[in-house]
Amino acid sequence: MITLELFLNAVVAGLMLGGFYAAVALGLSITFGQLDIVNIAHPTFVILGSFVAYILNQNFGIDPVLIGVVFMPVFYLIGTTLYRVYYVSFERTGQESLSGLAFFFGLMFIIEVVLILTFGVDYRLVNAAYIGKTLHIGFLDMPFRMLVPAIAATIMTGAVVLYMTKTFMGKAIMAVSQDRLALQLMGADPIKVKRIALGIAIATASLAGALLIIIQPVEPSVGRLYIGRIFAIVVLGGMGSISGTFVAAILIGVVESFIATFYGPSWAPAVGFGILLLTLAIRPQGIFGRA
Amino acid sequence: MKIDKFWLSVLVILIAGFAFTKLADNEFYFFTTYVVLQGLIMAVAWNILGGFTGYVNFGSAGFFAVGVYTTVALNKAFGLPLPVLLLAAGVICGLLGLAAGYLTLRLKGVYFAIATLATALVLETIVNNWKFVGGAAGTYVLQPKGSFIFDNYIELLFMLMLVLAVAATAISRYLSSSRIGQGLAAIRDDEVAAECMGVPTLRLKLISTTAMGALMGIAGAPFPFFVTFVDPVSAFALVIAVNAIAMPMIGGTAVWYGPVIGALLLGAIQETATVTISSELNLLIVGVMLVLFITLAPKGIVGLIQDYKKKKGANNG
Amino acid sequence: MADRVLNVTDLTKRFGGFVALDSVNLHLDKGERLGLIGPNGSGKTTMINCISGSLFNDEGTVEFEGRDITSLPAHKRAHMGIARSFQIPKPFKSMTVLENLCIPLEFAAWDRADHRHISEQAMEILETIKFAERAHENSGSLTQVDMRKLELARALAAKPTLLVSDEAMAGLSSSEVDEILEILLVLNEQGVAVIMIEHIMRAVMRYSERIVVLDAGKKIADGSPDEVMHNPEVERAYLGE
Repeated sequence: MITLELFLNAVVAGLMLGGFYAAVALGLSITFGQLDIVNIAHPTFVILGSFVAYILNQNFGIDPVLIGVVFMPVFYLIGTTLYRVYYVSFERTGQESLSGLAFFFGLMFIIEVVLILTFGVDYRLVNAAYIGKTLHIGFLDMPFRMLVPAIAATIMTGAVVLYMTKTFMGKAIMAVSQDRLALQLMGADPIKVKRIALGIAIATASLAGALLIIIQPVEPSVGRLYIGRIFAIVVLGGMGSISGTFVAAILIGVVESFIATFYGPSWAPAVGFGILLLTLAIRPQGIFGRA
Repeated sequence: MKIDKFWLSVLVILIAGFAFTKLADNEFYFFTTYVVLQGLIMAVAWNILGGFTGYVNFGSAGFFAVGVYTTVALNKAFGLPLPVLLLAAGVICGLLGLAAGYLTLRLKGVYFAIATLATALVLETIVNNWKFVGGAAGTYVLQPKGSFIFDNYIELLFMLMLVLAVAATAISRYLSSSRIGQGLAAIRDDEVAAECMGVPTLRLKLISTTAMGALMGIAGAPFPFFVTFVDPVSAFALVIAVNAIAMPMIGGTAVWYGPVIGALLLGAIQETATVTISSELNLLIVGVMLVLFITLAPKGIVGLIQDYKKKKGANNG
Repeated sequence: MADRVLNVTDLTKRFGGFVALDSVNLHLDKGERLGLIGPNGSGKTTMINCISGSLFNDEGTVEFEGRDITSLPAHKRAHMGIARSFQIPKPFKSMTVLENLCIPLEFAAWDRADHRHISEQAMEILETIKFAERAHENSGSLTQVDMRKLELARALAAKPTLLVSDEAMAGLSSSEVDEILEILLVLNEQGVAVIMIEHIMRAVMRYSERIVVLDAGKKIADGSPDEVMHNPEVERAYLGE
């Protein structure tokens, strides 16, 4: 029986889930959409963020969202370092597309295995006062473990949009792959621009990871489920349009929430991949992309 | 007499393998070599598309698992003999490969790679929800009773895998050294130019993806009888996909013997590490070796040897 | 009509709402040298993509040696004898120069060529255009002008009756332009009809027997170099109104 109550709750749950997905997809939207770097390891960096939040939360009781924000600079440095390696090994020699892809595939595998060796395959979680509480508005139930990540993710997305549209470096990042001429006119060094952009992309994984472990317990290989999901979001969102990514994330969140509510949660993971395959097959430039 | 050298080695390898089953009595050896040979078939198959044609398949585990579950399903439903199961897995995965081939019409490069990864995960979700083959919980598979001319079933599986590995290598060798191989190399270098130079790109890509799919399916088909318990986690294991990429990349993707070298080397290292250290650490070795080779020696061991020879030749001359 | 190599009738190609080619007619006789010119975005490259089969046209027909090839894929057209070179050279980078020529010999020219001694045939072709000394070099590390020569040599190895050359001289020095022109003349002397797309007017005027001008997807002129240059519509298209 589909009641209005169940239906609206599924919508709200989907909106919150989608908001969180935006946080995970944001970094990929920058790397894949703007830089043409296929960082298939992005979800693994998110899991790394989850484990950082887990360690500090369990040992010092610090709020996971705060940890996620504080560790952004560290992740930023990981990102810029990663770009140096990527540039020297692949971009400079024109090998970036396929070798670069295999490089990130290997990197993903390494991070995952190191996490398994360190933490094992048990599910880990964090503690915070609001986790487990639920906000009730009428018949709508909004668990804080979903609401807090959704709000934090929306703020982060907003901040990145502001940065990309208002600052010089942000505009340079948006131009770096599409518009070489504009970049030259701006007098920006594309290598530096890309380095900073990859830094920012990986930095978002710090917070996204902290948000993930608020929503659900995490083990090292959870990241793989997000690969299809976030590529679906980024491609659907029109490759690198950050607001498009946000809308696509919400859309996927809602669809998954419906599938989970009405067909059972074990089918939900296929939603992202299914939509990704359909999008790629029918309209590779995404639904919000340029024709 | 160049051809004879290859087929002579094939004959020697098969005879040696058969003698091995009669001489060795520790089953452990057969388990170990089975895993290495399975990796070899996967690597050779991956390389037909990835190395010769230039399309990266991240979903190798998906093809493998479809082969595995073809056996599980048909064995449970009809109890068919192993050769029929192999054939069925080859046909079904070949068709899956053919479909992937048509996908290349719309998806190039990175998009194709992501689509293969996505396909593997969709297949995994379907199997997770397919109760007949055990769903997410997995299922037990009984080894058939008779073991032909061998003392036990693992020896039979080992010999089967050896024959399949040799056959896969021979197919890959044929493809790379024939006119088809030259066409595939042209596609890898520049698909548009290849088409305009008269290369029937679609037909060759379909041959390439179908051969890859069929070989991967056949590599997976005996797996249920080897492990006797199958669940989606083991059939779709990421390590299968990573090995299928890492072995050719480490050995060298441009020639047919590259993935063979890579598979034997990496397989031997992995099996040794599993026994002496831990199975997680051997996964780490694969990852690190893959990344190191991609960044430092993109042409693999074969490339390193060629460069070394060239240098030596230059010094002498 | 027996000598008609190419006959394009009412060719129309749209990209979404944009009309790239609007009902264009074009013909070419055996061994003729045709220059195809027009401002940027006038539809020249779309035109040759439709002739070589890299794109399919929406309306109209393309006939080659009297056969309708409108719906044939590019590799079949290559087998029949249509070869093209690319504006941005597309060598098979993992191969040597010689191996690059073996691909069209083994595929496009397969029905028409001697199946034996493929690499010797490739060498002969390199010799006719005085490019043999580069035969064993890696094609990925050639200079710009050598890259263009390889493009033409590879097209020649397809043993074509029609060659479509897409801006083979853009960005080259004037002595290099002469070298490329020389190759195109050698080709033509062997009976190959050539459609040359070029921005370098000096080269087009010198080489072409006839010139076709495209502007905004329409054919605005078709005649001898002299006629075309004094055509007021052509002047307007190039100089603006």
